[in-house]
Amino acid sequence: MNDALQSWGRYPRARQRVIRLRDRFAPLPALESHALPRGSGRSYGDVCLDDGGTLLDARGLDRFIAFDPATGVLRCEGGMLLGTILDFCVPRGWFLPVVPGTRFVTVGGAIANDVHGKNHHASGSFGCHVRAFELLRSDGHRFTCTDADNADWFAATLGGLGLTGLIIWAELQLRRVPGAWFDTETLRFDRLADFFELSAQSARDHEYTVAWVDCTARGAALGRGVFSRGNHAAPPAGADAPRPARLRMPFTPPFSLVNGASLRAFNTFHFHRAPKLVRRASRHYLPWLFPLDHIREWNRMYGPRGFLQYQCVLPPATAQDGVRELLERIAASGTGSFLAVLKQFGGMPSRGLLSFPRPGTTLALDFANQGQRTFELLDRLDDVVAGASGAVYPAKDARMSGERFRQYFPGWRQFEAFIDPAFSSGFWRRVSL
Amino acid sequence: MSEQHILVVGATSAIAEAALRLWAARGCTLYLLARDEARVDAIAADLRVRGASAVHSGPLDVTDFAAHEHAIGLAWTTLGRVDAALVAHGTLPDQARCEADGNYALHEFAVNGTATIALAGLIVRKLEEQGHGTLAVISSVAGDRGRASNYLYGSAKAAVSTYLSGLRQRLHGRGVGVVTIKPGFVDTPMTAAFTKGPLWASPEHVARGIVRAIDRRRAVVYLPWFWRGIMAVIRCVPESVFQRIKL
Repeated sequence: MNDALQSWGRYPRARQRVIRLRDRFAPLPALESHALPRGSGRSYGDVCLDDGGTLLDARGLDRFIAFDPATGVLRCEGGMLLGTILDFCVPRGWFLPVVPGTRFVTVGGAIANDVHGKNHHASGSFGCHVRAFELLRSDGHRFTCTDADNADWFAATLGGLGLTGLIIWAELQLRRVPGAWFDTETLRFDRLADFFELSAQSARDHEYTVAWVDCTARGAALGRGVFSRGNHAAPPAGADAPRPARLRMPFTPPFSLVNGASLRAFNTFHFHRAPKLVRRASRHYLPWLFPLDHIREWNRMYGPRGFLQYQCVLPPATAQDGVRELLERIAASGTGSFLAVLKQFGGMPSRGLLSFPRPGTTLALDFANQGQRTFELLDRLDDVVAGASGAVYPAKDARMSGERFRQYFPGWRQFEAFIDPAFSSGFWRRVSL
Repeated sequence: MSEQHILVVGATSAIAEAALRLWAARGCTLYLLARDEARVDAIAADLRVRGASAVHSGPLDVTDFAAHEHAIGLAWTTLGRVDAALVAHGTLPDQARCEADGNYALHEFAVNGTATIALAGLIVRKLEEQGHGTLAVISSVAGDRGRASNYLYGSAKAAVSTYLSGLRQRLHGRGVGVVTIKPGFVDTPMTAAFTKGPLWASPEHVARGIVRAIDRRRAVVYLPWFWRGIMAVIRCVPESVFQRIKL
C-alpha cells in the first residue's frame, strides 16, 4: 500500500499511503492522518502530493451517469479521464468546451485546478462549463454544488486544489462540433510585439490560439516563435483518425536530455522549420490539441531529478514588458524547455476563488531540475511576476513561497474556511505557513 | 455476431466491469447479476451511456444456492436468449485465517468453488436447451498448483478448472462452448494490498482477452499469455522439490 507516487514533474518526492476509490456511494475510508484526493497526478509539483499522508486515488470513479444527446449535458464520476469523454462524445458530435494540453487528466482534477485551454479567450476556463458537482466531505456529509445551490462551495472547489472535499461526480455542458477535425493555420513571428499583434488579430476569427516561443532567442530575436490558430471543422474528405500514441520514453536516462546545447539546436531548428507566411492544414484534434500525449512518459526526458514547470499570467497593462523581462532572464540563464508556450487569456471571468486564469498573457515552460540554480532563477521570475501584479499557476508549481502565493491569490483567506479538516497537500502546507 | 445478449455473474468485479464496457461499446444487450444493488445500478447506467442496447440487472448472492435457479431463470426470460455468459465473481481468502477457522475456509471455498460450479452447471443446461451459446468462467492460474500462500483459493479454482474441462469435453460438437479463463496477477481491489511488479496486468487488459476468447470460443486462455509458460514450468517441478520452495 505504500507507494512512492510522483507528480508529473517528478519533483518533489513524497511517500504516502494510497487508497483506491471505486464506489461513489461508499463513505471515505478511515484516515490515519491527513489525506488528499488525486486524479491522474498530471499536475507538476506538489498540489497532487501528500507526503506522510494518504492519497485517495479517484481513478476508479470512472463511470458515466447520464448523457443527453439533445442538449449535450453529461454527468460522470470525478475520476473519469477527459480522454474517455472525448472518445465517447466526439463521434456523437460533441466536444469538451475546454481541454488542457493533455487528455490524461480527470474531471475532478480539471475542476480542482480550474484548467484552461487554447480557447480561453473564447470560452474561459474549464469551470465555466461545469453545471454541478457533488462534494463528499470527510465528516460524511455530501451535497450538490451549483452556482445557485451551495454557490460558495462551488466557487471554493473550482480551482480549490482538491482541498475542499472529494468531487464524486460532475455535470458538464458539452458543445456541438462538426467532427474531430480542426482547420488550422501556422505562421512564424520574429519578435515579441508581433505575438501580441497576431493574438489580437486572431482572437476575432479563431477560437483556438497559442504560440510556441524560442526561449533561447535573445536581443532583436527575443520572443520569436510560431503562432498556431484554429477552429473546429468538418473532417476533410478521405481523412483517417490518427493512430493512438505508440511512442514511449522507455526509461529514465541518468541525466537530463534537455540542456543548453540541445535546447538551442531544437529551438533554432523548430523556428526555421515553421512557415514564414500562413500555412493552412486540416488537423485531427488528437495531435493538434494534445501534441505531448503522443510520447508516453515524456517527463522522463528530464532525468532522475525531474523538472519544474513554471506558468504565470501577467495582466494586460504589464504583460508586454513583463513577458519580455521574463524571456530575457530565461534566455540569459541558458535553461528552459523545448516547449515554451505563450497564450493570450480572454476576459471571461473564472468562477473559482483560487482560479488561475485571468485576463492577460500566460507563459509556460519547463526547467530541468538543476537544484539551487533552478530555484534561484524561478525566484527571480517570481519577482517579475509579482512586480507585474501577475500570478503563478499552483497546478504547475513546486516551490513558490507562501508570501508570493498569498499575493497572487488574494482569495486564499476566504478559501481557507472551506478546506476539509482531514485534507491537506504538500503544496498547501508549503504556502499556508 | 452483432447485438449479442450477454449475462454476467459478479458484474461489479473490476474485470467483469471492464469486459462489460467492451460489450456495451458494441451495442450488446446486457444482464448484470451481483450482490450490491447500488453499485450494479451505477454500472448499468454507465453501460447504457456507453452504448449498450439495453442493460438489465438482478440481485444475487452466489452463496445463496437456493436463489441461483430463480436469478438465472429471470435473466434468461428477460434476455430471451443468451449468446455468452461470463461467471466472474470471487474473493481472495485470507489463507492464514482459513487454516485457523474451518467455517471461514468452507465459506470461501463455497464462494470461489462450489457456487461457481453450481452456476456454470445451471447456465450450461440452459445453453444446451437453447442449442447455442458460450459460457466463460474466470478461474485462475492459482488452480494449476497448490501453493502455501493461497491453497484454499487455489484448490477452489482447481475444482472449477477441472469441472469446466469435463464440461467442455461432454459438450463437444453440441454447439455450446466452454471457455476457461486463467488470469495471473491482476491489479484489482481484490489484490489492492499486494506490491505490484512487472507480471501484473490491468483489468482492462484481461477483459480484452476474455472478450476475444469468447468471440473465438477458445478452450483455455491464460491472461496475459505468458502465464501459460510460467505455469507449464511450475507444474513440471516434482513435488519433492516443490514442497521445499517458497511460493
